[in-house]
Amino acid sequence: MTGAGAAGLRTGRVVVVGASLAGLRAAEALRDEGFTGDLTLIGEEPHAPYDRPPLSKAVLTGRLACDHIELPRIRDIGARWLLGTPATGLDVPGRRVELADGRQLAYDRLVIATGTRARRWPVEAGGGLAGVHVLRAREDAERLRGALAAGPRRVLVVGGGFTGGEVASACRELGLPVTVTQRSAAPLAGALGGVIGRAAADWYREAGVDLRLNTTVEALEGDSAGRLRRAVLSDGTAMPVEVAVIATGAVANTEWLAGSGLAADHRGVVSRGDCRAVADCGSTAEDIYVAGDVARWPHLLFPGQLLRLDHWDNALAQARTAAHNLTRDPGERRDHRPLPAFWSQQFGRYLKSVGVPAVADQVAVTQGALDQRRFVAAYGLKGRLVGVVAVDSPRVLDGYAALIEARAPFPPRLGATDGPDRLDPVDADFPGRDAAGVPQQDIHPPSAPAPAQTAHR
Amino acid sequence: MTPSTTTPATDLFAQVLRQDRRADPYPCYAQLRRDPVVRMDDGTWLVSGYREIRQLLHDPRSSADRRDPQNKAPQAARSLLMQDPPLHDQLRRVVTEEFVPRVMGMRDHLGDLVSGLLDAHISDRPGRLDVVADLAYPLPVTVICELLGVPREDEALFGSIARRLTRGLDPVDTQTEEELRELDQARNELIQYLEGLITERRAEPGSDLLSGLMFHQDPDDVMGPIQLRVTLGLLLIAGHETTVNLIANGTLALLRNPDALARLRADPDLATPLVEEVLRYDPPVQMSGRSALADIDLGGTTIPEGSRIRLLLAAGNRDATRFEDPDRFVPDRRDNAHLGFGGGIHYCIGATLARAEAQIALTALARRLRSPRLVADPPPYRENAILRGPEKLLVAFDGLAPDGR
Amino acid sequence: MNTQPLRLVVDLNRCQSYGQCVYAAPTVFRFHDEESLEYDYAPDAGVRREVERAAVACPVQAITLGGATEPAPVACGDDR
Repeated sequence: MTGAGAAGLRTGRVVVVGASLAGLRAAEALRDEGFTGDLTLIGEEPHAPYDRPPLSKAVLTGRLACDHIELPRIRDIGARWLLGTPATGLDVPGRRVELADGRQLAYDRLVIATGTRARRWPVEAGGGLAGVHVLRAREDAERLRGALAAGPRRVLVVGGGFTGGEVASACRELGLPVTVTQRSAAPLAGALGGVIGRAAADWYREAGVDLRLNTTVEALEGDSAGRLRRAVLSDGTAMPVEVAVIATGAVANTEWLAGSGLAADHRGVVSRGDCRAVADCGSTAEDIYVAGDVARWPHLLFPGQLLRLDHWDNALAQARTAAHNLTRDPGERRDHRPLPAFWSQQFGRYLKSVGVPAVADQVAVTQGALDQRRFVAAYGLKGRLVGVVAVDSPRVLDGYAALIEARAPFPPRLGATDGPDRLDPVDADFPGRDAAGVPQQDIHPPSAPAPAQTAHR
Repeated sequence: MTPSTTTPATDLFAQVLRQDRRADPYPCYAQLRRDPVVRMDDGTWLVSGYREIRQLLHDPRSSADRRDPQNKAPQAARSLLMQDPPLHDQLRRVVTEEFVPRVMGMRDHLGDLVSGLLDAHISDRPGRLDVVADLAYPLPVTVICELLGVPREDEALFGSIARRLTRGLDPVDTQTEEELRELDQARNELIQYLEGLITERRAEPGSDLLSGLMFHQDPDDVMGPIQLRVTLGLLLIAGHETTVNLIANGTLALLRNPDALARLRADPDLATPLVEEVLRYDPPVQMSGRSALADIDLGGTTIPEGSRIRLLLAAGNRDATRFEDPDRFVPDRRDNAHLGFGGGIHYCIGATLARAEAQIALTALARRLRSPRLVADPPPYRENAILRGPEKLLVAFDGLAPDGR
Repeated sequence: MNTQPLRLVVDLNRCQSYGQCVYAAPTVFRFHDEESLEYDYAPDAGVRREVERAAVACPVQAITLGGATEPAPVACGDDR
């Protein structure tokens, strides 16, 4: 007999670990679903839930203050909030969450929504120096905003993913000289492949970014006061910098689950299509649900891999599905299978995507052209359309989304009036693929503000 | 039983176009929706389901250049309504940049115009108002004339041209030879009128929209003399023939739903969602057209490349798979993503102005009319099936109060 | 009269940059660059009417307003 059974589907104690977008929306959805029991939200950060995407954009340039990004709470939830109180352990058989302050919190059912954090620079390579930043939380953005506003002579951005691009873009808007190092041959290559990445490289350069491709940072060096002064790059350059932003991806916040018996590591918590957590042994952990950036789960449209999406709308949708399933009998549960979507704003462009470009083997421009301001590129895997990226063309995406869901052939026959006469599919050129073009690892399509591309140094 | 030579869809659509169905085409739409994507005998496809329409509004395979045999204008001389990217996008940007700043912040002025129009009928005794002639028509016409810098005195001339041209939007086989001849004549009259206007303004530019379009600094240089004339004509006609129906259809909905009227009187902010509901429930623009640039799999069938497509926006707005209780007028309906202004790259440029005009006009009517009721229900309708609305909307009242704003 | 603090969020996956919110509430929503929407999540309560107009006018219904009446949660530390 499960705790849920003992407590009833819509009564008992639910603890939601994680009080950001996914945690908040899961709690609200639980009440929408008729859950009337005790509800507790545990949040590591001391703030009411806020939205992260503006941190790397309007907040950095000073157009939006950090106290103006609080997420609306859509409804009353009658919950107990434990903010500024990280969870440190989970006792699955005992149904208890351990908190950093030593408290133990009993639950009947659990929602895990602890998200991800920015990968940090190793302390031994200079990660502890003043002036070395990451960008994930409000405080990170406030600190970085302050550092940029002080007018450093040069900013170094390590990593040319979405966050790196957005930070570099903000620096240029502020008129600051900026260098971006990218381990692979093009920015955004991990998410969108080299073909679109090379077009993005032109945006960087037009904006005046010193873009160093196929380049890593060997060391960050400081002065005697522990302030960042110099970066040594793999191309041999040593450049004076006062501010460095580490934008090399995200790691899942799963340390608190060590020893819990759940299948969790730095890549996330493995879960079923219906959001229930999976145990180390491969069986389903009853009464534990996973939602948001921390979840890794199988998606029917993209078989053969576990998806982890740092996507805003995924957090929302997965929270709703988890809440739905948590309050339902097994026969009424549903699978979480959204069409992934994300956006980024950088270098004056609004980039939107649907599907999962990162699993593709080929890409073809379907509207506009790569050297034009607006274009749309379609991604194919083994002859099926699996993803689309649209730059400054937000009003056509719904059309493509329907094609992806219908598993339309790739290259698609569109006849778009602003497209090329003949589509010209080419290798999408994702770094780190084997000869067959199959990703060697799980796919983590990156999104703003914390890209999950392969970390590099 | 005699074998039928026409498909049900062909019959139903013919009924939609018939004048005697004009007051209530919605039962026909409901029958059409059973087959949300269907081919008519003439090869045209009818799309009546909400999701199917939305798909085509956003689909790169659908073209607004309708391959319309009626449209003899060369590509460059077609309005942005009938243009595809990339030219469409360039034109749209110019028009948006000139139009939108001029209509933002206009609400107070719209309030003054509405007050002035209704003040002419102030009465503490029973009386009548033709909401079309006395408010719904003169309001948007005055506004578009002011915006464009067109002399209000010219209204008699181009008002009649606009009317005749609007009728020309309807399917050709519903029009008589004489109507088609008139249409050609109306087109020529409009061209002459607009060219005269443009010549005058070029000599003496002002701060109006026409001058703005004429002298717009545009790297793409898309607003040549012919396109300027076409755009001007489009804005004038759209300003004449759409918002009038939104206000009239809204008035009709209010008078048929006394609860909604009472609520609006008590709470003017209800006008905001209420106008959206009018746009869903009884939209001024009933349908739009597209053509297929490639085969399109939709609704379990395939629309072949080259097909002409009619999007029945008004039918999609009553789709029960998208809107709960779709045939009910719910003034504060939530999540009302209606198709009243179309969608995708051709979403109505004038939407923000039309909304404001309708919100302010309907609020003023609700506030100032005492015991309003319809003199005839349904009212007489204009012939037009696409830009559909009442010809006259006589409202009897016990009094029309001075403005207590 | 709603006296709750005004809070809103835009689903930028849904947003297609139609601009109706910018036209309805220009002090809250704006385009940064050509198509990128930016907005204030916590504008002054005095613009509530404009924000509601923006939310209702959004063609893709991407704007969500706060509806909670509970006070915003704060870091607790010691509520045991």
